[in-house]
Amino acid sequence: MSMAGLSLEQAPPISVPFRFFLVAPLFLLLAALALLAAGPAALESRWSQPLLGITHLFTIGFMSMVMSGAMLQLLPVLAGAQVPKPHLTAWAIHLPLLSGALLLCGGLYFSTPVLVTLAIPLLACAFAVFLAIAIYSLARAPARNASTQAMLLALAALSLTVSLGLLLAACINGMLNLSMQPLVALHVGWGLLGWTTLLVVGVAYQVVPMFQLTQPYPRNVARWLSGALFTLLSAWSCRLLLPEPFAGLLAFAAACGVAACIATFAIITLRLQQKRRRKVPDITLQFWRTGLFSLLAAVLLWLAGQASAMLSNSTFYALALGMLFIIGFALSVIQGMLYKITPFLVWFHLQGKLPPGKAPHMKNIITDRTARWHWRIHLASLIFCLASAMWPMPWIYVAGSALLLGGILLLANLCRAWNIYLRAVAKT
Amino acid sequence: MQTITKYLSAEHRHCDDMFADAEAAAAADDLAAAQAGFTAFHQGMEHHLSKEENIMFPAFEHATGSSMGPTSVMRMEHEQMRELFAEMQAALDAKDTSAFAGLAETLLVLMQQHNFKEEQMLYQMADRTLNDLEGIIRQMEALP
Repeated sequence: MSMAGLSLEQAPPISVPFRFFLVAPLFLLLAALALLAAGPAALESRWSQPLLGITHLFTIGFMSMVMSGAMLQLLPVLAGAQVPKPHLTAWAIHLPLLSGALLLCGGLYFSTPVLVTLAIPLLACAFAVFLAIAIYSLARAPARNASTQAMLLALAALSLTVSLGLLLAACINGMLNLSMQPLVALHVGWGLLGWTTLLVVGVAYQVVPMFQLTQPYPRNVARWLSGALFTLLSAWSCRLLLPEPFAGLLAFAAACGVAACIATFAIITLRLQQKRRRKVPDITLQFWRTGLFSLLAAVLLWLAGQASAMLSNSTFYALALGMLFIIGFALSVIQGMLYKITPFLVWFHLQGKLPPGKAPHMKNIITDRTARWHWRIHLASLIFCLASAMWPMPWIYVAGSALLLGGILLLANLCRAWNIYLRAVAKT
Repeated sequence: MQTITKYLSAEHRHCDDMFADAEAAAAADDLAAAQAGFTAFHQGMEHHLSKEENIMFPAFEHATGSSMGPTSVMRMEHEQMRELFAEMQAALDAKDTSAFAGLAETLLVLMQQHNFKEEQMLYQMADRTLNDLEGIIRQMEALP
């Protein structure tokens, strides 16, 4: 290992991650408004055009937006990996991701293939730059551990997700003629169980022990879990290449393995948190627990679906699985992390600029009270969403309103933090 | 074999425990326990930081021939932590447990990511770079 490439300095400029964090909640608002505008028609089937648009507002517009910004921030800290030319890199990811996500979601929501066509090069560019930078930085990182391994696998899963997404987009606008259903299954599997789950796993290995003062993850589990998940997802994908009945058997066995990996991760994390050394109330912990219980609920629902064809063929099943995973798991964990990362970054960048003791501490930047209100609304919106999967009328309107309110609260909290930073800097 | 990574990482865990005690006492509005816990934590941290700054870092800088590398960033972060220690003591003096809680939260994030970088990178580099590990650990042990 060479020391020359090692810099233990934390931070890219604060505007690098914040441009991602401030734009992301706008996509939650758009998703909620789109749900309210479409009404019960959106939930008629998982394949409804409005729902495809809304889903991508969550996954690309919010989740990938925050995850990209957070990785540009975290790579230097967690992996000792410097991101080259941070301003330029941030622009080259942020602008095409923002515009590409808007066009893609608009194209799907309004069934307008030309918008999808326009989105293809933009999203391809955004993800290509992000992947190149992140893989380059991680590969050169001096820290090698279970966490960086999971992150690298997450990036590999993202590259598969994006490639499959681009193929699907080409099918939508008629450039390619492929059977879309199997590609969609792979796209969803690699996006949610690969990219999203593996990144959360990699981040959890570091931040759960750090911020809640828990024991570290058991070594043997941390070592195999992410590799096993990735291998099982690969095996599950191979079914497309095999004849029946081998394909069906392999897919089922691999899916059971994936479910077991995910449940293991959720249960171990919940156990660690339960036995945490730090007992003070913590809003990030509330969000994490909400996320992990949702993840377990998704696994249980999937198991029930395997036992009952009536359930697994129902519209409720597909909708509820997606809602538990995206709104229950991913949104909870991501929003919980934002409540740690953003106030810390504001403090960190201000303490270097203001006289000693003048930088506001984290709980003055985002107060526990407002963050806790957001968590309550978020939890309610998850419950209302699940109700709407069963009874679209009238719950979809309640769910949409709660999602809207949650998005507004997140945006308000993050804007307040950013304002505190800007005002303090303006005074210096 | 005792290594710098093992020796100094164990001190991090010990300080974490004292931090959690002080923070829990403040959250329960028990000022006397919070002050006692914070004093123990603060002394433990200062002792740990001085072992690094006076013994381990100089040995590492001498071995690598540079004081501008990773150790300079670590020293800077030590100063950032010390500013927060001072603010936390001021909050206790003012009997302001909610300010103490906010400062403790801020310190925790700063301290944990700092410890992480030391444990995952700097200490391991020191274990590989330094010749007389046992001697350096003995010197740190002997520091009053």
